[in-house]
Amino acid sequence: MKSFAQILCKPILIAVIAWAALFASGIEQPEMRVGPTASVGPRVLEDQTEKVVIRDYKEAWQGLSNALAENRTDLLDADFVGIAKEKLINTIREQQKLGIQTRYTERSHDVKLVFYSPEGLSIQLLDTVEYDVQITDHEKAQAVQHLRTRYVAVLTPTEVRWKVRIFQGAPE
Amino acid sequence: MKRGFLLVTLALLTTGALRLAANEVGMMHPPKTIVAGTGFSIPTSGDGEAALYIVGPAQVIRRNIKLGETVTFAASDLVNAGHYSVSIVSGSFSQSADMDVLSAPQAASISLLAKPSRLPVDRPQGISGVAYVFDTFRNLILQNVPVEFQLSVLSGAPSTQTVETKNGVAWIRMNSGAKAGIAQLQAHVESVSEKRVLQEVPSEPCRLKMTAQGAGEKIKLQTDPLRDCSGNAVPDGTVVTFTETYPEGIATVDVPLKRGIAQTEMPAHPGAVISVATGVVLGNEIHWGGAR
Repeated sequence: MKSFAQILCKPILIAVIAWAALFASGIEQPEMRVGPTASVGPRVLEDQTEKVVIRDYKEAWQGLSNALAENRTDLLDADFVGIAKEKLINTIREQQKLGIQTRYTERSHDVKLVFYSPEGLSIQLLDTVEYDVQITDHEKAQAVQHLRTRYVAVLTPTEVRWKVRIFQGAPE
Repeated sequence: MKRGFLLVTLALLTTGALRLAANEVGMMHPPKTIVAGTGFSIPTSGDGEAALYIVGPAQVIRRNIKLGETVTFAASDLVNAGHYSVSIVSGSFSQSADMDVLSAPQAASISLLAKPSRLPVDRPQGISGVAYVFDTFRNLILQNVPVEFQLSVLSGAPSTQTVETKNGVAWIRMNSGAKAGIAQLQAHVESVSEKRVLQEVPSEPCRLKMTAQGAGEKIKLQTDPLRDCSGNAVPDGTVVTFTETYPEGIATVDVPLKRGIAQTEMPAHPGAVISVATGVVLGNEIHWGGAR
């Protein structure tokens, strides 16, 4: 004969796991809003191009987050080139020297594509992004801060995907 | 009424207590914005040791500090534009703020894309130029700055357009010149400039005319010198196609231009019609053995 507590225990456990899963999936899937692209120019932006650029930009944030959290420069190769990559590599090297790691957890993106160059070799977007940054110093979690700012990103096409060439935070 | 008063009092007391606690441990007041490559300081209050972190994707700084002192940073300490999290941590206490580092206003370099590298003369809006403007620390300058684009050719006056950057980028479209040759597209911002070389080549021939001369059982065919509508000689190697249609069949010969003209020989079939063409340009027709 099961006690009342035993009967209640299983559904509560399932509910807790379900909530945890829901919460975790919420963390992994930041909300991504994309503004209207009708006025992007001077080159006409095809739907397919827009989708691929947004997909690659989103993946670039994941790459950045993993690279800075694990202090691994190789994780930037897939998504970054040029100045953006060089600056991120320098940050990771500085983190390694100081013994710190930073974890960027995106909460939401509000992306607006603003410029598609006439020859199709660069595309610029503005992203109002909300994220948490957690600082870990010698394996010890030190501080977590919620931030909201605007990023200016310029992506350029490479062999198989668009990569971030300029990545810069700016006041809203 | 009594309950409301109690709640307000409690809230005020809690806020005060928290402020007092924070003051005991430490407070900091970083500037809201600074310009990249300029020195700045962060005053702190409280007692004891703490760690100060300035963290962003573009740069990271950590300092051991004494609370109550002002932490100073040299001009070379923070040079990458971006949004930074500023935190002090002392034991179990931490306080965070945020700070923006703006790009320096003076341009130091331009990233210029000019396309295409080779194009025909007299092509309206045929050249595009895109300029991204950076400061000395390779931060994109997001404040609007005027960029002067200048297209210069070997002969003739250069054409100039000035465009303000928006979010760090300026772009133009320009017509190619009338004369074939090397052209330069330059972008200037203040004393900084960047140039790209373009090759302007003759356009399609303006007029294609051939003449025919009998030589026994052959016809000698030769074009006039080929020029585009601006008078530029069409380059040697451009293929000209001669086609002879006669009652028994059709014959075609492709001839590259040599010294501006194309020449060939074809069989002389009485009643044949000979035509000439190059690219999208069709020339004259010759009726052999009948009226020309």
